Amino acid sequence: MPEKTEHLRLRRFAETIRLETLKEFAELGFGHVGGAMSILETIAALYGGLMKIDPKRPDWKERDRFVMSKGHAGPTLYATLALLGYFPIEELKTLNKGGTNLPSHCDMHKTKGVDMTTGSLGQGISTAIGIALGQRMDGSGAYTYLAVGDGELNEGQIWEGAQFAPFQKLTNLIAFVDVNGKQLDGPTEEILDPLDIGAKFAAFGWLVKEVDGHDVAAIYDAVTEAKQSGKGPYVILLKTVKGNGCDFVAEMASNHHVQFDKEKMLAEVEKTQKRLEALGGESA
Amino acid sequence: MRTYQDEPVMLRETLAKTMIEYAGKDTRIVALDADLASSSGFGAFQKAFPDRFFNCGVAEANMVGIAAGLSSTGRIPFAHSFGTFASRRVCDQIFLSGAYSGAHMVIVGSDPGVTAAYNGGTHMPFEDMGVLRSIPGIKLIEVTDSAMLRGVFDEIISSPAVYYLRLKRKVTTAVYGEGEKFKIGRANVLREGKDAAVICSGIMVAESLKAADILESEGIKVTVIDMHTWKPIDEDIVAKYAKETGVIITAENHNVVGGLGAAVCEAVCKLSPCRVIRHGIQDEFGEVGTESYLKTRFKLNAADVAETVRKAIKL
Repeated sequence: MPEKTEHLRLRRFAETIRLETLKEFAELGFGHVGGAMSILETIAALYGGLMKIDPKRPDWKERDRFVMSKGHAGPTLYATLALLGYFPIEELKTLNKGGTNLPSHCDMHKTKGVDMTTGSLGQGISTAIGIALGQRMDGSGAYTYLAVGDGELNEGQIWEGAQFAPFQKLTNLIAFVDVNGKQLDGPTEEILDPLDIGAKFAAFGWLVKEVDGHDVAAIYDAVTEAKQSGKGPYVILLKTVKGNGCDFVAEMASNHHVQFDKEKMLAEVEKTQKRLEALGGESA
Repeated sequence: MRTYQDEPVMLRETLAKTMIEYAGKDTRIVALDADLASSSGFGAFQKAFPDRFFNCGVAEANMVGIAAGLSSTGRIPFAHSFGTFASRRVCDQIFLSGAYSGAHMVIVGSDPGVTAAYNGGTHMPFEDMGVLRSIPGIKLIEVTDSAMLRGVFDEIISSPAVYYLRLKRKVTTAVYGEGEKFKIGRANVLREGKDAAVICSGIMVAESLKAADILESEGIKVTVIDMHTWKPIDEDIVAKYAKETGVIITAENHNVVGGLGAAVCEAVCKLSPCRVIRHGIQDEFGEVGTESYLKTRFKLNAADVAETVRKAIKL
């Protein structure tokens, strides 16, 4: 378990990621802000220390890998990768612009550090399983991490993969479900109620944990415990708020894809900057 | 003169044997099936390499995604299902997790067209190649016989892409001798004649050769081209014979909409316009029966091809 100073470092890292992600959106004037914010602390925990990676060697065979199956949260991952040095931070300004390496949804061949192309929901669980199987065959001890949305659980392919991974005893696969309770058209319970997500995964043979998805230290500790157990696959249910940390978006009833005035987003950037300073951190 | 006679082994046996042979020297090769390993011959691969085979159960979308993930770790997966489920059911997975992601993997779609026979219309892929043909960069190959299957294997392993191998599982007709050369994207011209060109693949190669024999006895000389690769199609050969014969007949065990006939028309329109008569499934669903019954029902016999050629020449 990391020391408290380590927890503080992770919180600073998360706020720094938020700062850069919100700047990306401010530049653009629209985007999938809600889901990008709800998964943010998980990305911070993974890339802030959990993952065995080397930004100088994005193609390092023995690295841990991350599949952002809810591919529309790409902007959070891009900010993280830029902060780690996979590509220049200035490139974040090109999000979604013609010719960019940072498309709306994750693309492993455009963006250094992105491990799998996603965007058609449900597919990431299968590719993550394939990667985890490959890592196991390599004997590298590497892990695959997977993030899916709770709306994404509507997809049948999720449950094909959910059935397969425990059957193959994939102890090197750790999945996260971003349970923000909302999908594009409204609350998940009104569109297609996922019912008891933990019970469903448990019934498929997964080991299930639940954490506050905005507590980066709790996520870090949950994953560390899961790895230490030597068991798996694990699914970690993240209790989250769609748009968390970007107040005007979090307050919107419908916030999957939003348009906004630049000034409004810059105000959120400023608030984030202040939170970061309160944590004793500096902006990137 | 080309001969045509039933092969002593089923094509699936050749596939499994070839995969096992290559896998013995190349640890990248792995195999997946969707609860059809005992039908596809992949069971033999499983016996030879139990740690490199994954039965995904009846979950084709997951299987294709897993194959793509394995590819991203440096493996070359072969994933099989019946052609219907290996194409239309997993089109989005082949598109995004596969081709868009730059995967190197081989989707094997078995029982093409009428060879699905007793499984009937639900299992009869007249659309598999058409469904996949608009995916950028995908390579679509209909395998004629065992010699061809072995002949394209080196290139499949050494040239990364998403491949779709359309092949009959059971006994097929041998057209090629051992050691003949094949290049993906380069058609094989099997006989030459100036009156018309028949462009075909799969089970229609033997039927077209037989049709050429029938026509020759009537004084009509036709070129027969095995267009095993539907994508990328061999435009040069199409253009050459469009110019030389002035009339092309395509013969396919597939819907003419979106199929080989359509692909040939695109090449002809682009390079050397001429008449193209598309002989094949005329936008219908399949149905149940023996292969022999279905070949008659859907006009896929040599006599049917010959008749189409006669009419085309008179047009």
